[in-house]
Amino acid sequence: MSKNTVPFAARHIGPRGEETKSMLATLGVPSLETLISQAVPNSIRLDRPLDLPPAASESEALDELGAAMRQNKVLKSFIGAGYHGVKVPPVIQRNLFENPAWYTAYTPYQSEISQGRLELLFHFQTLVTELTGLPVASASLLDEGSAVAEAVGIAWRHHRSKRSRLAFAGELHPQTHDVVVTRAAPLGIEVDGDTIDDDTFALIVPWADTYGVYGDHGALISEAKEKGVVIIMVADPLGLILSKTPAELGADIAVGSMQRFGVPMGFGGPHAAYCAVSDKLTRLMPGRLVGQSTDAHGRAGYRLALQTREQHIRRDKATSNICTAQALLANMAAAYAIWHGPGGLVAIAEAVHERTARLHAGLKAAGIQLAGDVIFDTVTVTVPGKAKQIAAQAEADGRLLRIVDADRLGINLDETTGEDDLAGLATLFGAELPESAPRLAPFEARGRSFLTQPDFHSHRSETEMMRFLRRLADKDLALDRAMIPLGSCTMKLNAAAEMMPVSWPEVAGLHPFAPAEHTVGYRQMTEDLDRWLSEITGFDAVSLQPNAGSQGEYAGLLAIRRYHAERGEADRDICLIPSSAHGTNPASASMAGMRVVVVRCTDDGNIDQNDLTAKAAEHSDRLAALMLTYPSTHGVFEEGVRDMCALIHEHGGQVYFDGANLNAMVGLARPGDLGADVCHLNLHKTFCIPHGGGGPGVGPIGVKAHLKPFVPGHVALGSGHAVAAAPYGSASILPITWMYIRMMGGDGLKRATEMAILNANYIAHSLKEHYPVLYKGRNDRVAHECILDTRVFKDRAGVTVDDIAKRLIDYGFHAPTMSFPVAGTLMVEPTESEPKSEIDRFCQAMISIADEAARVEKGDWPKDNNPLANAPHTAMELMADDWPHPYSRAEAAFPEGSLAAASKFWPPVSRVDNVGGDRNLVCACPPIEALAS
Amino acid sequence: MSQIYFTEDHEWIKVENGVATVGITDYAQEQLGDLVFVELPESGAELSRGDTAVVVESVKAASDVYAPADGEVSEVNEALTSDPALVNSAPTGDGWLWKMKLADESQLEGLMDEAAYKASIA
Repeated sequence: MSKNTVPFAARHIGPRGEETKSMLATLGVPSLETLISQAVPNSIRLDRPLDLPPAASESEALDELGAAMRQNKVLKSFIGAGYHGVKVPPVIQRNLFENPAWYTAYTPYQSEISQGRLELLFHFQTLVTELTGLPVASASLLDEGSAVAEAVGIAWRHHRSKRSRLAFAGELHPQTHDVVVTRAAPLGIEVDGDTIDDDTFALIVPWADTYGVYGDHGALISEAKEKGVVIIMVADPLGLILSKTPAELGADIAVGSMQRFGVPMGFGGPHAAYCAVSDKLTRLMPGRLVGQSTDAHGRAGYRLALQTREQHIRRDKATSNICTAQALLANMAAAYAIWHGPGGLVAIAEAVHERTARLHAGLKAAGIQLAGDVIFDTVTVTVPGKAKQIAAQAEADGRLLRIVDADRLGINLDETTGEDDLAGLATLFGAELPESAPRLAPFEARGRSFLTQPDFHSHRSETEMMRFLRRLADKDLALDRAMIPLGSCTMKLNAAAEMMPVSWPEVAGLHPFAPAEHTVGYRQMTEDLDRWLSEITGFDAVSLQPNAGSQGEYAGLLAIRRYHAERGEADRDICLIPSSAHGTNPASASMAGMRVVVVRCTDDGNIDQNDLTAKAAEHSDRLAALMLTYPSTHGVFEEGVRDMCALIHEHGGQVYFDGANLNAMVGLARPGDLGADVCHLNLHKTFCIPHGGGGPGVGPIGVKAHLKPFVPGHVALGSGHAVAAAPYGSASILPITWMYIRMMGGDGLKRATEMAILNANYIAHSLKEHYPVLYKGRNDRVAHECILDTRVFKDRAGVTVDDIAKRLIDYGFHAPTMSFPVAGTLMVEPTESEPKSEIDRFCQAMISIADEAARVEKGDWPKDNNPLANAPHTAMELMADDWPHPYSRAEAAFPEGSLAAASKFWPPVSRVDNVGGDRNLVCACPPIEALAS
Repeated sequence: MSQIYFTEDHEWIKVENGVATVGITDYAQEQLGDLVFVELPESGAELSRGDTAVVVESVKAASDVYAPADGEVSEVNEALTSDPALVNSAPTGDGWLWKMKLADESQLEGLMDEAAYKASIA
């Protein structure tokens, strides 16, 4: 690194040298090393530096990754199979996809500071209901493969797990089918056949099948419906613009990928999948659902609805382990539909179909054997023995075809297909291209009106679209405006240099099934990540496939199950989980076919060793695994961790580490050294992938050598047991993590961990006079986060944890994590990236709020009319002539410390009514006809 | 002559002529907060003691309500489908959950009476 460059680590870490010294002095410790030795037990410490390449500067790292990625060959893809070329509208690329106001936001739990992305997700849901004809759509799932598996789960639970057969009306894409098989096996679901019997719970109807053919499944669907079978349609959304809707065809559930609505292929992801269901299945639907409600003043306000379906409440009885959505990508898809409008979307679909029909007609006339005549955008040709040869010829022309097998080729058209492509493709087969060709049924012009909602008609000029996206972004509080101190979420900096490669054509433009020799740069990067993340975590290998932490958990538990089965111990199915665990743990165990046994925690928040010992012994013969979060969800490094791991191993079990809190360990300790057999990492927490306003995430798993044969494989790599549709999951955002590690180096990563621990302890210390800090570890220190107990305010003044969270909005902050892991508390995680000034501002706000609660307690303000109960305060209320409150407008809007914020945050709504929103679910905008009536 | 029993799980059971009406107590509804959804069993469903018969949901919590004894569901409170708030406003009245024909009334012996239940939550 050149001498006059500031190291990246110094840009990534918030506090400056002098500030660090003053924070340490406040804590009464002479050095950072002293603090770390107090907070982190010596027994778990790594006694050597991480073996990683030395830190590179921003420009050096960009050059290095750029050189690697330029080895990728980006040809025009006609491979299809669920991934399509797109034209990302530049207005969306720049104002949404590459805009930190959108990508650095968190999941919209705090409605009042999330109205912008909630509104756009609501439009996404509306779009999906319009495409599918089904009344309820979710805010997206992780990818098409897992979305179909989730749909199978809905149907299975609808039949209360009493039926066990899953039938298919046609062939899904191979990778989708493989994920369904993976997910069905642990639940005892039989995946086969196209016949329906009394034990069949669901029929999957591909619309189209993997060869592009839209079959006539009417009779089979009718027969299935008579037997109460749930109809799941896996439908291409662009095709749906011209075809009948799944609802009209009898579907109860429709799922599919929204990738071709303006999201790059990115070598497999991230993309949003959609999921829509009939009314009766609403409460079985997995994942996030945005609902419309009203705020305290009767204005429309959006919020996440029906959360009781989800893992953080239902645990092992949840409908799924899924936590996050693919919010950023779903929002891109919604923006794409808004930008083009219904007319533009129809034109895109028509153009794709018209070209396909001409290619189809030309090939047919040339005597080429075709898979079917009812197609939308895909022609599958039979060329006995010549598939590879013709594909090679196409490749020489710069086009990639899908080699189905030795005799068949798939050709998929999309919005990027040009006339020259069409001519080139026809020539390959010695065909003449007709000037025009008739439409291929069932693709008649859509008979009904479509997307009549005003928002899909109002943003046609770029000026309007730019302002629309800005108006929405302004409603949200993301990391570009203030600290987001969410405990367990690690909202650290997502540096611009880390984000830049995501947009490179060599990164964004590749099809996940492109030939290996075209993806050399990608594989070099994934090999680096495998090696570096293995070194950081102390494992022997890392699988990058899981698309989210929850999917990583699932993949890890499956690896454990398969390991036991391979050793003839398939009946090991008990999973021990501490009561303090995150809800995903029991939900994942349940999906992996395990039985959950809860281990008690002691009053000080640690795992009850006696209970663990007793339960491990009691279930010794059936013990599959212990799931352990480390440091614990209470933010404490439990001292006995090595002993706990040893105990589980003695009883024949495996140890699963939940890596949610890895930001407290990198460079200081390694899960693999402590006894873990497998651990998932949240790259969107510890390794800088932004949260995207509620997704994407990446949840790789690290494993010890004995579990390596059991990590997820992929049909494209000649193996199976995939948990995600693409071989490397959300491959196009892995460069973010690569850049972070490359620019930090081992020393920088360790320093980041130490500073995260310093920042957390500084907050705990600064607030301890005002809020009891729960669950401290040794020497009265916390790890990288701390839990503030607010229940005293409830008891004394009727001030709830919600009131405090909403009041923080008036001060310009996102609330910390509420009521997890303990109800009525706030869990604060500042991360290493927050500067001292922002941390001080947060502490000042929290102290000021405690003072306000004291005034309520003293009776200065009534319990139902005070700045806390009425928070957050909108500009509209503050400007109103009527001000019926016993405190001033200035006290409401500009409390002490709020002026130091980067900019005053004005919440667009006051408190949103959760109860009303769940009692009357509204999750899509009705069509204009319905609004008028 | 009817008799009312209470369980540790804050359910009340009123028995008349071998038919039990089951609901949750005022204490339980207060702990749960405003209910937004009640998942009811199907009429005619056979329940065994301890089975989950009903799920009551607030915005932030979902709680199972268990069958206090073996029997067949004879009626469910359909009014809760459109108005789950009845459980909050009248937990022991219009907010009842389901009725069941008891297979063996003696299974309820040993449950608390009103005085014992009140003492247990005091």
